[in-house]
Amino acid sequence: MAEVTLVEAVNLALVRAMEDDPDVVVLGEDVGINGGVFRATVGLQARFGPERVLDTPLAELLISGLCVGMAAQGLKPVGEIQFMGFLYPCIDQLVNHASRIRNRTQGRLTCPMVLRTPHGAGIRAPEHHSESTEAMLAHIPGLRVVIPSSPERAYGLLLAAIRDPDPVVFLEPTRIYRAAKGEVEDNGEALPLDVAFILREGRDITLISWGAMLKETMAAAEALAAEGIAAEVIDLATLKPYDEVTVLGSIAKTGRCVIVHEATRTGGFGAEIAALIAERGLTSLLAPVARVTGYDTVIPMARLEQKFMPSVGRIVAAARKACQFN
Amino acid sequence: MADGGLPVIARFEVRHRNYLAPDGSINRPLPAFASDASLLASLYRAMVLLRNFDRKAVALQRTGRLGTYAVSLGQEAVSVGIASAMREEDVLLPSYRDNGALIWRGVKLEEILLFWGGDERGNHFSGPVQDFPFCVPVGSQAPHAAGVAYAFKLRKQPRVAVCMFGDGATSKGDVYEAMNFAGVHKLPVVFVATNNQWAISVPLRLQTASETLAQKAIAAGFIGEQVDGSDVVAVRAAAEDAIAAARDGQGPRFIEALTYRLGDHTTSDDASRYRPEEEVQARWKEEPIARLRAFLARQKIWSKADEEQLAAECHERVEAAVERYLAAGPREAETMFDHLYADLPEVYVAQRRQLAGEGDG
Ligand SMILES: Cc1ncc(C[n+]2csc(CCOP(=O)(O)OP(=O)(O)O)c2C)c(N)n1
Repeated sequence: MAEVTLVEAVNLALVRAMEDDPDVVVLGEDVGINGGVFRATVGLQARFGPERVLDTPLAELLISGLCVGMAAQGLKPVGEIQFMGFLYPCIDQLVNHASRIRNRTQGRLTCPMVLRTPHGAGIRAPEHHSESTEAMLAHIPGLRVVIPSSPERAYGLLLAAIRDPDPVVFLEPTRIYRAAKGEVEDNGEALPLDVAFILREGRDITLISWGAMLKETMAAAEALAAEGIAAEVIDLATLKPYDEVTVLGSIAKTGRCVIVHEATRTGGFGAEIAALIAERGLTSLLAPVARVTGYDTVIPMARLEQKFMPSVGRIVAAARKACQFN
Repeated sequence: MADGGLPVIARFEVRHRNYLAPDGSINRPLPAFASDASLLASLYRAMVLLRNFDRKAVALQRTGRLGTYAVSLGQEAVSVGIASAMREEDVLLPSYRDNGALIWRGVKLEEILLFWGGDERGNHFSGPVQDFPFCVPVGSQAPHAAGVAYAFKLRKQPRVAVCMFGDGATSKGDVYEAMNFAGVHKLPVVFVATNNQWAISVPLRLQTASETLAQKAIAAGFIGEQVDGSDVVAVRAAAEDAIAAARDGQGPRFIEALTYRLGDHTTSDDASRYRPEEEVQARWKEEPIARLRAFLARQKIWSKADEEQLAAECHERVEAAVERYLAAGPREAETMFDHLYADLPEVYVAQRRQLAGEGDG
């Protein structure tokens, strides 16, 4: 089995999906000869031709809208938006069309599309390249929002997303595109959507995160272990619809919870999880649910970016405090 | 060389097509299909049915039995003319005002009433199964049309996507983005702008400084033409040509159908607040139904008796549809979860049960 980076795993999944299914079409800006600005689509056009791997004009609304039209014809378009900051023109198509065409036509038309985009801060990118607005997408009924946190899950979840009969927004954590390496068996096997992954078991506290922040979250769990605190770490992986059962099951076991996301705090997806636990896990709770998040600011440019991001230290401190609460 | 010695590197033209004058006389030789009297009669019948249907729908809305409704009054020739040039296997991507096109393509009147009556079952209609439902966010269906046409091209299917929208929609980037892409890939798609001069209260001159809407196609690299949208023969002829060219691999076309919205924007609108009555009265003299009737009468292929019979048929058909619409049973609340996803994710099953009155909430 080969060690690959997360972005290489994305590429493997795309190749596999296109090999398996002639209806899979990849489209976006620079995805063809250039192989995508992050090289996620490298080699695809040479292999599958410019009709199935097409460089679109520079028009994000168009990319998402084309996907809807193609998908309604039974193609399985995989659109790429170069950075999440440029996804916003697609919101109209996602909210008004992709996510509800099945529902509003009572199943007559469907939308098996995937929209991929790099997600998140921490790469010293220019302005508007470091967005973590997944909560906005997770609010949309009828959509799936998926964020992998490792090459293995990038491969398996992207295959699942492409095969899924409904629209999926697939957010790829830019910060660990190349930093995350792992063995991926290119066996065409998908991982389940809508299911959270328990990355580490523990009795004392539950740490919940997704995407690139799992790197700091796992490091925090290590540090806590050295202090004798056994943290359970959950990779939520699918944010819409999310795996309430795994979350509540873990809280029932540990009684304590810290939610970690780099997205700004107010209305972030952590708030949703905290509310779920308040509604359905309160009697298990031994301490208030804590959130370690980005601040309610615009994600700053490179010089202050690291100050914005949750650090291992902040996560450890929040977990320690939760464990000391009684 | 033009003035000052600067070379002119390109010239463009926008043609305008018209056959029938407002009084039903002929301006120039008619297209081949116009020798088919029964086809002309069926275009006429479809327009009259639409006007009857609109009248009834407004009455239903006024009496609280239908939601907001958008009438086609004055514009009947556009949706009927366009749809009549399509083949069954083509795909229509209509705007919310294109009832006439849906009806031509086999959507039942009661289904359209269901839609405007606030029931998604109306969108599961009896028309061609791949046709899109009415698009409410203005212009956002144009990229879908390009996507549909791309699928046709990729699969080498001789099919055409026909996308309809209003003049207001042409101000949106969506429409230009779709046209631009369709031009690049020579897609089999026909864009139709129904230029009824108004986008709710905003007149065309505040929508664009462009002399025609048709010329917007030039920027996207294909032919745009204007057609007299109150002349159903012209609309159908333009649509036939454009659809045939698209099917033949010649790429997209754009048709600007010049017409006039004689009624309010919707049943929630009062056009007298922004539009002088004299303007509307003047435009009544050009409306498409009287125009075609005058032509048919001149040709002696339509009689007073035909007219009376048609009126009775329309009345009967519309009333029967209304009855079926009103008799459509209510939907169970929990069905709002149906078709949300292919399979309802487990986490939403409890919410569904709650709606069904089985949950604890
Ligand atoms: C994107 C969007 N913005 C605003 C509206 C509200 N709205 C509904 S119809 C309309 C005017 C549209 O005019 P036009 O495109 O000319 O079509 P017409 O109604 O004249 O057929 C507006 C502003 C909408 N439905 N969608």
